[in-house]
Amino acid sequence: MQAEKLTEILARHAGREGPLLPILHDVQAAFGCIDAAAEVSIAKALNISRAEVHGVVSFYHDFQEQADPRPHVQLCRAEACQARGAEALVPAAEAAAGERVRLSSVYCLGLCSAGPAARAGDTVYARLDQAGLVRLVEEA
Amino acid sequence: MATVVRISDDALALACGADAVAAAFAAAGCVVERVSSWGMQWLEPLVEIAGKGFGPATPDDVSAILDGSSAKAIGAIDAHPFIAGQQRLTFARAGKTRPLSLEDYAATGGWAGLNRARAMASQAVVDDVLQSGLRGRGGAGFPAGIKWKTVADAPGSRKYIVCNADEGDSGTFADRMVMEGDPFQLIEGMAIAAHAVGAGQGYIYVRSEYPHAIAKLNAAIALSREILAPFRVEVRVGAGAYVCGEETSLLNSLEGKRGEVRAKPPLPAHEGLFGCPTVVNNVLTLAAIPHVLSDGGARLYNSLGVDRSKGTMPVQLAGNILHGGLYEVAFGITLGELVNEIGGGTASGRPVKAVQVGGPLGAYIHPHQFHLSFDYEAFAAADALIGHGGIVVFDDTADMGHLARFAMEFCAVESCGKCTPCRIGSTRGVELLDRIRSGVRTPDPVGALAQMHNAPKAVRTAEQDIVLLEDLCETMKFGSLCALGGFTPYPVLSALRHWPQDFQRETHDGI
Repeated sequence: MQAEKLTEILARHAGREGPLLPILHDVQAAFGCIDAAAEVSIAKALNISRAEVHGVVSFYHDFQEQADPRPHVQLCRAEACQARGAEALVPAAEAAAGERVRLSSVYCLGLCSAGPAARAGDTVYARLDQAGLVRLVEEA
Repeated sequence: MATVVRISDDALALACGADAVAAAFAAAGCVVERVSSWGMQWLEPLVEIAGKGFGPATPDDVSAILDGSSAKAIGAIDAHPFIAGQQRLTFARAGKTRPLSLEDYAATGGWAGLNRARAMASQAVVDDVLQSGLRGRGGAGFPAGIKWKTVADAPGSRKYIVCNADEGDSGTFADRMVMEGDPFQLIEGMAIAAHAVGAGQGYIYVRSEYPHAIAKLNAAIALSREILAPFRVEVRVGAGAYVCGEETSLLNSLEGKRGEVRAKPPLPAHEGLFGCPTVVNNVLTLAAIPHVLSDGGARLYNSLGVDRSKGTMPVQLAGNILHGGLYEVAFGITLGELVNEIGGGTASGRPVKAVQVGGPLGAYIHPHQFHLSFDYEAFAAADALIGHGGIVVFDDTADMGHLARFAMEFCAVESCGKCTPCRIGSTRGVELLDRIRSGVRTPDPVGALAQMHNAPKAVRTAEQDIVLLEDLCETMKFGSLCALGGFTPYPVLSALRHWPQDFQRETHDGI
């Protein structure tokens, strides 16, 4: 099943210029991670070494080597959101997340005049206060 | 006739609840048009009915807005001081058109620049860009026309146009607003560049933090494919690396490699993507091109601005600011006007302590420098940079020592690792700032190592730590391959220079 899906992704990008990042995005989206077995298959399809693929996977924040099935909330902690009090919300958000939700930091969602801002999936949130952020984490 | 209600579908409006407001108007029997954002972000979701604005609107405001009794009325939008004071060229359509409507785009002068350019010799197109004085809006401010001319003159039949849409700087969102609000304009600018230099393929490298922009661009490219042909454009999505906003790192990422910076020369204009001559321009640069190529556009562009900073700059007012948003204006306005008069000071109502201009690598500017003219040279002379035009305002609760440490830490996390000053210097910088800020006077464990035989073995005083930090910053500034390591000293040293008290221990005991 996994091998089939991977073959399908590789076929979709065959012949593209610079196909590695688009492939990795698709694999990450399909499996939640890019594991060692996937790296081997991708390397073989692109005729590069697994080390080269692994080097790319480990370079970028968006790619994970192990899947994390928990819901994911990203809180912006860049300067503009800091200026609007994002740091003060972190302890409450962490407490609400506990082990159930994966809470990570992101450096800028481009909502810089309306922070604190957060993202869950492809939905973005702005003007968050503590109650709003806690609710967002709890409902994630 | 049903009332036509216009509400933005820009990411910021969505984040503030625009979809719910739009649904409420639709439920009330109105025709809802989703348009681009006016850029008055403190008023989002902003509702427009027959030119009159209401905001920030919630679903509960719908009936009051429709019966004319709403307290959120702001009057005619285009007469609002925030809009009336601007000179919008790149953002001429902001708030007025539906982002993915080819009809709206063509009706507002869309494709005129491309049609005119295609009727001209490619050399003449480059001359127009040179004449306009347009400089790269990504931060470095390199003249766009010279870059194009270099690529046009470079030998080779395979050339590329790459749009840098990896807008990672905190406090900047103008690229996002162009991509989400007026995607055809960016694509038209790329097609003009392709004609000017003889490129067949274009890539837009968008950061993955901008899902709405990615969706809009993909849709816009699909809709305009025939207009662009034979030029082809494709969106490529970044993967969360800040350093990929640096052009050579971006090219490596497009090629499917680690986003490591390349040494220059060779310049991308000579050997860029896949070793071919490549124009790498920022979103705002390319989005300004259709205007420059319109009839008389280059001359008008050149007549605006001051000194060698020609044309307009979409300034982004962000952070702790009352009236945040997008303010496009000719170069030469003062920083104080932007922050206090247009931005209305802080959102918290407290005094402004500092503003950071130009993203995480920009200097922190003290209010006593608010007389600075917003242009490339004036900022460079003051040891600062305008970068991508983002202004982040901080009130008096900001701890500048913490922000200086944050700058170093950010550089340490995001460094690509290619050059030593950035890779190791940033980590050493974090350690040094921790020592300075904590007031701990123990021997430096690194200095105590046997191989550090030149390091003094005595415990450094606070003053010596500061001198060491300044020394480290100088090494990073002049020894780094790219702006990440090279510009991180700006926020650190400017914070140290203007707010030395924030680096002393006493201020931290209370926090």
